[in-house]
Amino acid sequence: MQFGILVNEGPYSHQASDSAYLFARSAIEKGYKVPRVFFYHDGVYNASRLATPPQDDRNVSARWSKLAADHGIDLVVCVAAAQRRGITDGVLGDNFRISGLGQLVEMGIQYDRLVTFGD
Amino acid sequence: MSDMDDMDDDAGIVKKFMFLNRKAPHGTVYALEGLEVVLITAAFDQDVSMAFTDDGVYQLVKGIDTKGIEVKDFSKTYRALEGYDIEKLYVDQVSMDARGLSEDDLIVDVTVLSVDEMANLMAEQDVVISF
Amino acid sequence: MLHIVNKSATDRGSLESCLRMATQGSAVLLIEDAVYAATTGNAAAAKIQAAKAGLKIYALGPDLAARGMAARVLDGVNVVDYGGFVDLVAEHSNCQSWL
Repeated sequence: MQFGILVNEGPYSHQASDSAYLFARSAIEKGYKVPRVFFYHDGVYNASRLATPPQDDRNVSARWSKLAADHGIDLVVCVAAAQRRGITDGVLGDNFRISGLGQLVEMGIQYDRLVTFGD
Repeated sequence: MSDMDDMDDDAGIVKKFMFLNRKAPHGTVYALEGLEVVLITAAFDQDVSMAFTDDGVYQLVKGIDTKGIEVKDFSKTYRALEGYDIEKLYVDQVSMDARGLSEDDLIVDVTVLSVDEMANLMAEQDVVISF
Repeated sequence: MLHIVNKSATDRGSLESCLRMATQGSAVLLIEDAVYAATTGNAAAAKIQAAKAGLKIYALGPDLAARGMAARVLDGVNVVDYGGFVDLVAEHSNCQSWL
């Protein structure tokens, strides 16, 4: 079974990205596939590699990058939402890419479930 | 954009997508950016329904004038939805009543549903995305 | 259908909206700040108690613990971990997040 995940809020201000990450990690541990995570609205801020949280805090962007590297997850940032918020290719963390909303719709069409995390 | 390629890959699969709008316009961006997803989904030839409940019904009221707050008036887009073959617009009767609204107050033709009707419609969807 | 609620019922109306629309036999999972509604003494606890007759109510354990509420969970509310959250999504044909 394949799960698509939609993240609608940025890191730190809301728990959404943390909940989505822990959900994705657990799904993979249980043997499910998470082929893609889509970042929309302020969720696009999760993609910035410029964030430098304190050492004793989690690094939300970096741990998405690592989960993606370890399990081949496609981390897609909505181009229109990113352009509104100044997220460009130049600030993307590893394994994030910018693409269109069609990538979100495709998750709904192709995968078995779509789970949304937001405010 | 790669959206055109995606459409080829997905040829033939039609799922029921419901976009559930629960938020008022302008105070947050969800209604505006949500509408962008609806239009793209329709371009993929999917079975699209839009449902308006709670403060989401305020997105459809007549007389919206955003000049004074200097933001885009996207309410006109709802009247253009028919051109994208999006004709299933549903509003929740209870949410309308709780806000003193009737169908005459809205800028588009909608189907008013009871709670049970809306709940059953939601339950039969393949994908529900809420903004 | 699985309904997911993430906001405190004493702050926002999303739990009430969810309970209004959830059909008989559906599952409701409380995560993040929504877990407070499933704890004893909370003003929304009566809504959860009443909903238990027709719905299966779940609360995310790690979110309860993070809020000091692990020992105050209402009887009849099923506490699950993230793996249980994943199972609930897998078991139901669709899900809706009441953001």
